[in-house]
Amino acid sequence: MSEQRRSVAIHVPVLARVEGEGALDLRIDNGAITELRLRIFEPPRFFEKFLEGRHYTEIPDMVARICGICPVAYQVTAAQALEELFGVELDPWARAMRRVFYCGEWIQSHSLHIHLLAAPDFFGCDNAIELARIAPDEVRRGLRIQALGNELMDLFGARSVHPVGVRIGGFHGAPSMARIRDMREKLRAALPEAEALIRWAASIQMPQDDQAFFSVAMRHQSDYAIETGDIAASDGLLIGADAFDGHFAERHEPHSTALFSHYRGQPYLVGPLARLNLNHDRLPERVGKLLAESGLVLPSRNLFHSLLARAVEILQALHEALRLLEDYRVPDSPWAPVTPRAGVAVGCTEAPRGLLWHRYEMDEEGRVINARIVPPTSQNQARIEENLRLSLLNFGLDLPDDALRLHCEKVIRNYDPCISCATHFLRLNIER
Amino acid sequence: MNAPTPCKPRVAVHKFSSCDGCQLAFLNLGEDLLTLAGRVELVHFAEAGPLDPDTDADVAFVEGSVSTPEDLERIQRIRKHSRMLIAIGACATSGGIQGLRNHANGAEWVAQIYSHPEAIASLAHSTPIASHVKVDFEVWGCPVSGPQMLAVVNALLLGVAPRDNADKVCTECKRHGYPCVMVSRGIACMGPVTRAGCGALCPSLGRDCYGCYGPAENANTDALAAQFGRQGLEPQAVVRRFQSINSQAPVFLAAADKARMGCDE
Repeated sequence: MSEQRRSVAIHVPVLARVEGEGALDLRIDNGAITELRLRIFEPPRFFEKFLEGRHYTEIPDMVARICGICPVAYQVTAAQALEELFGVELDPWARAMRRVFYCGEWIQSHSLHIHLLAAPDFFGCDNAIELARIAPDEVRRGLRIQALGNELMDLFGARSVHPVGVRIGGFHGAPSMARIRDMREKLRAALPEAEALIRWAASIQMPQDDQAFFSVAMRHQSDYAIETGDIAASDGLLIGADAFDGHFAERHEPHSTALFSHYRGQPYLVGPLARLNLNHDRLPERVGKLLAESGLVLPSRNLFHSLLARAVEILQALHEALRLLEDYRVPDSPWAPVTPRAGVAVGCTEAPRGLLWHRYEMDEEGRVINARIVPPTSQNQARIEENLRLSLLNFGLDLPDDALRLHCEKVIRNYDPCISCATHFLRLNIER
Repeated sequence: MNAPTPCKPRVAVHKFSSCDGCQLAFLNLGEDLLTLAGRVELVHFAEAGPLDPDTDADVAFVEGSVSTPEDLERIQRIRKHSRMLIAIGACATSGGIQGLRNHANGAEWVAQIYSHPEAIASLAHSTPIASHVKVDFEVWGCPVSGPQMLAVVNALLLGVAPRDNADKVCTECKRHGYPCVMVSRGIACMGPVTRAGCGALCPSLGRDCYGCYGPAENANTDALAAQFGRQGLEPQAVVRRFQSINSQAPVFLAAADKARMGCDE
């Protein structure tokens, strides 16, 4: 078949179950891939430009709008970068509660991705509603966990999409003791559910697809890095957020409205699997035990382990939120006073999809002169293309178009690309 | 696949330029999502899985603003295939936060961010759905909430028109008994001119409303801008208050233009 050149074009109008709009161009000539491009064409939304001239107090509400699924990541990253520049002494309460708030987003985003976006692929279903017919308990459990993540975000942000609670210096308000007691009960009750989720995720048959790549994630001296830590890579790199620019380069490829990132001239991975690869030694004991039981050997070079990595991180986030809420007290003030100063604010955190880096140049009145935001999905973009190329060769290019398309979609979904963040829809055009 | 029950309404969810946050009003319903999926037939909802953008639908929910040449054509197709079209969220009702580019030189911005500006297809303006096609109902908010969307869906399932609440956030504060942040703490709050629907979330935390639900009916922006001035806001800061999430909503646009005249004096 490969001797006879076929030229086939397949148009799948939208790639389902990703956040945003993108397309994949795949061309196979005489049994070889001659073109493979992940095209992101979510319309550019120019956030970096809107931010210019804005007062620091407006930034958390504005950057949230970059992404409906991970607004907390944007808010917390911006707030922390600015707080460091302004020399704000955050109350330990506020620091701890930022982490709890962030845990809520990990739980929500990861559970949404596992159950609504990724898992249907592995059960031959087109969507979660079909999956719910064959695995009703698992899907319902997932939706409950997702709802709990949202509730945790509500606690500090009054709503989970574009929450309104973060301010530079801490939070606008503090939840009452009664609400925290209620939340602790719910978190405790969710632990066995999250453990069962890990066992279920580990039982799903995944393709064998080992590849070599750099993992990049934040690393903290004692904790599993979420909102604080240095930037680490699997080759031993360990740098502060302010050195990001010197090691990671972004460039624009004409086929995408998201910028591509490289490390040492090569694609790299950010996100749950990269974090687990680098930081599994920082997991709490109980989570480590469940991970060991799952049989996942780390570091993993198989992106299909991403679903399990998300399940592990859900349990981790539940434990962490519970630990931090154990000795909760209502603070005297949920925020510290802020005096702006001119300079450059740099910060990064681990968004659900991976490293998120912000840089703001501020004037003396606390207004933005210029802003730069590097979201996780644009960092993963080059890696997704590389992964697709290697996976397809491993999978077999002679397989029918439908099988190739589904495989490509599965590979892409491993990254949980948030194309809204990176700028959205996946259209697959195969030519051979 | 089972044959659809004939009486279930066919529902589509479409996305234009947006953050995906309004679709989450459905995806974040928890177990209610499965109940909803039992009552309606989801014929197109890319993020949730079902894909059939050009299929006929009884109700199409549209998120996002029109901002590319392709969008112009796609929204016409959706209108043609939909009995009822409902715009959801700030992007779809006012052009959204990306409407801030309407006053800027978009081409210049593209050139500053992208090294291959010629490859970026983007219209000069980000516009609401109603600028292009007939919209049967608008749900304002950035983001719209689950309860808001369920109320709309339930109304439609019962065969009645969804209820529009264009009253002010202030009424929600009073109903909940939240102390007025403007009166009690001197905070410059957008509540007096902003549409209700969120439940006065910001004042519940002791902070200012920032207008994410867009203008309320009969919004007295002149009086509010004057009040902001008395509270010490510079004209430029007043402009920014009206030029944020719903910058292109005509009422906010006019209020900003008026405040801008103060900047030139």
